[in-house]
Amino acid sequence: MLKIENLHVRVEDKEILKGIDLNVNPGEVHAIMGPNGSGKSTLAQVLAGREDYEVTEGTVSFLGEDLLEMAPEERAREGLFMAFQYPVEIPGVSNTYFLKAALNASRKHRSLPEMDAVEFLKLVREKMKLVKMDESLLGRPVNHGFSGGEKKRNEIFHMAVLEPRLAVLDETDSGLDIDALRIVSEGVNSMRSDERSFVVITHYQRLLSHITPDVVHVLVDGRIVQSGGKELALELESKGYSWLEKTYDSTAAVMA
Amino acid sequence: MQAIAERSPLLSKYETFERGLPSHPESIKHLRRQGKDSFEANGLPTTRQEEWRKTNVAAIGRTSFERVSQDTNSLSHEQIRSFLLPDCIDLVFINGRFSHKHSQLEDLPKDIFAGSLANALVQKPELVEAHLGQYADLGHPFVALNSAFIEDGAFIHVPSGVTVEKTIHVLFLATARDGTPTVSYPRNLFVAEESSQVTVVESYGGFRDDRYFTCPVTEIVGLANSVIDHYRLGQESLGAFHVATQKVYLSRDANFFTHSINHGGALVRNDIQALLDAEGIHCTLNGLYLARGSQHVDHQMRVDHAKPNCHSYELFKGILEDRARAVFNGRIYVHQDAQKTDAKQSNRNLLLSKGALVYSNPQLEIFADDVRCTHGSTTGHLDDEAIFYLRSRGIGEEAARSLLTYSFAGEVLDEIRLEAVRKEFEEFLFTRLPKGDIVRQAV
Ligand SMILES: Nc1ncnc2c1ncn2[C@@H]1O[C@H](COP(=O)(O)OP(=O)(O)OP(=O)(O)O)[C@@H](O)[C@H]1O
Ligand SMILES: [Mg+2]
Repeated sequence: MLKIENLHVRVEDKEILKGIDLNVNPGEVHAIMGPNGSGKSTLAQVLAGREDYEVTEGTVSFLGEDLLEMAPEERAREGLFMAFQYPVEIPGVSNTYFLKAALNASRKHRSLPEMDAVEFLKLVREKMKLVKMDESLLGRPVNHGFSGGEKKRNEIFHMAVLEPRLAVLDETDSGLDIDALRIVSEGVNSMRSDERSFVVITHYQRLLSHITPDVVHVLVDGRIVQSGGKELALELESKGYSWLEKTYDSTAAVMA
Repeated sequence: MQAIAERSPLLSKYETFERGLPSHPESIKHLRRQGKDSFEANGLPTTRQEEWRKTNVAAIGRTSFERVSQDTNSLSHEQIRSFLLPDCIDLVFINGRFSHKHSQLEDLPKDIFAGSLANALVQKPELVEAHLGQYADLGHPFVALNSAFIEDGAFIHVPSGVTVEKTIHVLFLATARDGTPTVSYPRNLFVAEESSQVTVVESYGGFRDDRYFTCPVTEIVGLANSVIDHYRLGQESLGAFHVATQKVYLSRDANFFTHSINHGGALVRNDIQALLDAEGIHCTLNGLYLARGSQHVDHQMRVDHAKPNCHSYELFKGILEDRARAVFNGRIYVHQDAQKTDAKQSNRNLLLSKGALVYSNPQLEIFADDVRCTHGSTTGHLDDEAIFYLRSRGIGEEAARSLLTYSFAGEVLDEIRLEAVRKEFEEFLFTRLPKGDIVRQAV
């Protein structure tokens, strides 16, 4: 599904990702954890096609294609979805109609017929239930005046409608109360399938007790310093990251 | 001989014009003479004058324009149709002259006058005399010029307590004549008497890149407790000069809303002034200008808070492309008497290209001590973050830009209460924006 090899990324002369390797197979859920500023969002944004980041080395293939060659909208149409850590407010553009335009762009790309208003509304109602979105949020402009939690839920709602092959969720759990967290997790879980993969970026083990990951990675200072099963998340929760940073420092020292 | 030789070409054949006029009340003749004298003495403004620093009107002085007097039948209904709005009382003017053929006055209630100023000057001179020229400042060079040529325009008078249900649409269309630039001086007067209510759309339009000069002056009077909804649509040809002055006079508890939308014209200058001359007035002056190519559009706002307890709100937005230029100069004067004034002004500009430029200058002058006034101005590009967000959902880059541009305009659009105008303008945006079809689906 997704294969990242030796990915190096810099922004404004500062190297942020320093050689990432990651292999996500169909149906898998990978969690990425790591301290603030370690490069988690950078990785997500690079995958989604953010142009401010410069890939200096490495390759990324998505469903067998060179992801880095594609424009952001192409990636989305090919089935990549990123839920933003900070979803953007867009006044004047309706949440639902915008989504219809997005969905139809993808369908067109895959040579599927465009959905008409009736079909689309049916789909929207179904997906809305999935994330228990308030109906009033549909008619409003995209994220405009939404609370933090509503924005995150709206991201999951977008994901549910667009039905991507790979979803990268960047701290979708941060700032959610326990009920919202449960709803978001249920939304994600209901979408899990053999065909669909998830990369879940989070700081908290809490989310991972709802969405059980297949693999947990720890990202420190632009490198994946540890990968393991779901127990790794628990270990991190109790010990913090510092023990990993230390191990990593010493290996670096040994290697030097 | 010397004096005649130096005279502005705009005043050439002035005597012929005067001789051709019907007999008008003495006060109107006087107003014309004052206008002519003032313009003759001062001429066109130059960029050395503060209020004209960023807008050079020298090209108007260099062009020789022809006044067209009587060819109001020259346009077909087909040509006019695209400028009309559904379900309105239509007053149509061609090259400044009232056109019976194209106007549609059937639904006009009896006690209301809405029609040609030229007619009103003959039929109801006292109604006109009571207000015409009382508000617009003859010290303004183009008000002087317009006043010198007072002949026709739209006159609307709504008596006390009357509500006009239908919208009155005043449409001025101009044409160049076989390639010869033309000039017209529409003179408009809209009076809403005490506790009356009316909606007026004032449109200016032309064709292709016809060269002409339209120089309107509109005086709007809202007497006590009246409600006026006013829209101004600038859709002049891309070769047109348009220099307009709109002066609004408001009395106690009057409610005035105006929305100025401009996307036409080569050189556009709109002076919009409101005098809040009694307590309890609400005055909203909104606007949206779009310019591209080498269009130049200048808005000079002035709101005078003369009395206490009034509210004024101004929201002007601009969208500029290519090498277009926009000027926005907003002035709010809060006079010494005007305690408890609540005034807000904001001007926001969106630049869609590197070559576009905006001079924005909101100003407050406050002589009262207990007031709430805010003003602000921003100029920027489309938000990269938002573009990326939309693209990451599968929306193409151009469509994302179009959507965000629409979204920028939306704030002004949403405030337009008259559906016909809002729809018309939305439709315009859908055709103007590169991916308007996607925008149409998505808003
Ligand atoms: N556009 C940018 N310009 C400059 N520096 C940037 C930019 N984006 C990210 N950085 C820097 O790159 C580093 C990694 O940032 P990133 O947002 O990827 O971290 P993160 O792991 O997502 O952190 P958090 O847990 O706080 O969300 C930080 O030091 C950040 O300041
Ligand atoms: Mg982050």
